[in-house]
Amino acid sequence: MSTVAVTTPPRRARRGSLTLWAGAALVGLHVLVGLLTLVWLPYDPTAFTGGRLEGPSLLHWAGTDRLGRDLFTQLMIGSRIALEVGTGAVAIGAAIGVTLGILAAFAGSWLDDALAATLDILIAFPTLLIAMLVVAASDTASLGSAIVALGIALSAIVARLTRILARRVLVTDYITAARTSGSSWPKIVLIHVLPNIWPTLSVNFALQFGLAVIAEASLSYLGLGAPPPNASWGRMLQEAQGTVYTAPLGAIAPGLALVSLAIGVNLLADGLRDRIDPTRSGR
Amino acid sequence: MSALLDIAGLRIRAGDSTLVSGLSLSLRRGERLGLIGESGSGKSLTALAATGLLPAGLAAEGSVVLAGRQVIGTPDRRLDRLRGTAVAMIFQEPLTALDPLMRVGRQVAEPLARRARRDGRPLSGAALQAAVLGLLEDVALPDPPRLARAYPHELSGGQRQRIAIAMALACKPDLLIADEPTTALDVTTQAEILALLDRLVRERDMALLFISHDLPVVANTVERVVVLRHGEAVEAGPVGETFARPRHDYTKSLLAAARRFDEALEGRP
Repeated sequence: MSTVAVTTPPRRARRGSLTLWAGAALVGLHVLVGLLTLVWLPYDPTAFTGGRLEGPSLLHWAGTDRLGRDLFTQLMIGSRIALEVGTGAVAIGAAIGVTLGILAAFAGSWLDDALAATLDILIAFPTLLIAMLVVAASDTASLGSAIVALGIALSAIVARLTRILARRVLVTDYITAARTSGSSWPKIVLIHVLPNIWPTLSVNFALQFGLAVIAEASLSYLGLGAPPPNASWGRMLQEAQGTVYTAPLGAIAPGLALVSLAIGVNLLADGLRDRIDPTRSGR
Repeated sequence: MSALLDIAGLRIRAGDSTLVSGLSLSLRRGERLGLIGESGSGKSLTALAATGLLPAGLAAEGSVVLAGRQVIGTPDRRLDRLRGTAVAMIFQEPLTALDPLMRVGRQVAEPLARRARRDGRPLSGAALQAAVLGLLEDVALPDPPRLARAYPHELSGGQRQRIAIAMALACKPDLLIADEPTTALDVTTQAEILALLDRLVRERDMALLFISHDLPVVANTVERVVVLRHGEAVEAGPVGETFARPRHDYTKSLLAAARRFDEALEGRP
């Protein structure tokens, strides 16, 4: 019907909001579950509440692990831990990385070269390896040390991206215009540079959120992440590894949870970027 | 009365090559000076040097006195107070001179609020908004309340340049530097923008440093000209006399080129 076609919003805008809603739904689900774990859990995550390696049933929705603990309870706690790790690591990485990147963009000459070279060397090491070094350097492995370690490891990538983006903004005419009208540098960074590099940075932050969640799973898998009773998805994967042929759900469930959160965050960031950037929206 | 801008023996170097040398000019309140020459003759660099905003890697020597203060060698932090009070600038390409992610009303409000704060009469909220709309009206933009909420990419080239002019006016400068303000615009819009600049400079008793390679535009806008070639001033004087009786070969060739262009236009069937 022609009237329907006329009132349909442009294709791009529709796809953009679909992305946004799909992302919001996935992330929202994990946030809700994470919050719920603070007040209610189906079972005590450390209690042996069923037979060993049971399949899914009405009592145990995702079955039980090799010690007879409820897997669904652990998955729920895993959501909370993944969100804490992702948010915390990205926040730390952003704080350190954006500051360093802006400083490098302004510094010019040898200081910039020195910072850029240091960042390149840091980026040459895998994020996980740097995080392992930082965890090893702290006294005991804890959720906090894992978050800080991942944040520091991510900051190098953020810093380099920020430096490149900021340099590109700093040579534009509107920065010169702001300078001739008497804006101070801090003000220019705050109202011109940061907003203009934000769309690209935010998408990068979303990617890194996923990266941090996966890296934490790896750290836990190696025994360097959150210690028990923190049931992180990584630790669940590690514990399920020995029984993956007899009870595959123990490995599949945390894997699916991990992927769904990582995809959700990426969709959400893409959708938000399209919504925020006025030159992209179909106004 | 002392000069607003006094440039003496200005020399701009990039490493070993000299881009501007031995340039002197002076401008008083209410005066209009044209800086002409072909691309790369050092016009824009001179303007940037006058505000102490030369790109990194370029060094200025000599003397640039702006509103009684030496610019060359003064740290940036102290120059910030001079910029946006004594001087404001309009650029060639209005699209890149506006922040693409900020509503134009806010872009005009920024320098306006800063100038008000420096004058000791801070503006905010509704008063600031009213002042912004007043400025948009001054630069003859239609429907200021609607335009103030637009982003730069939603405006036409002429409207963007009017916003840029409003931003410069918001500083209430004594000296306005216009660096090829009409080059990126079509001919009709050019004439409108020039008429607007002419009216505003007259009404507000500003000095105007007008940079252009378009001789007819310069002839109609300024009183005196300085002709730049390869970074050196080859000729200077009142605009009528200089264009009617050019002494230097370079000025003659610039005028001849402009005349040939006019003749070609008139010779058209």
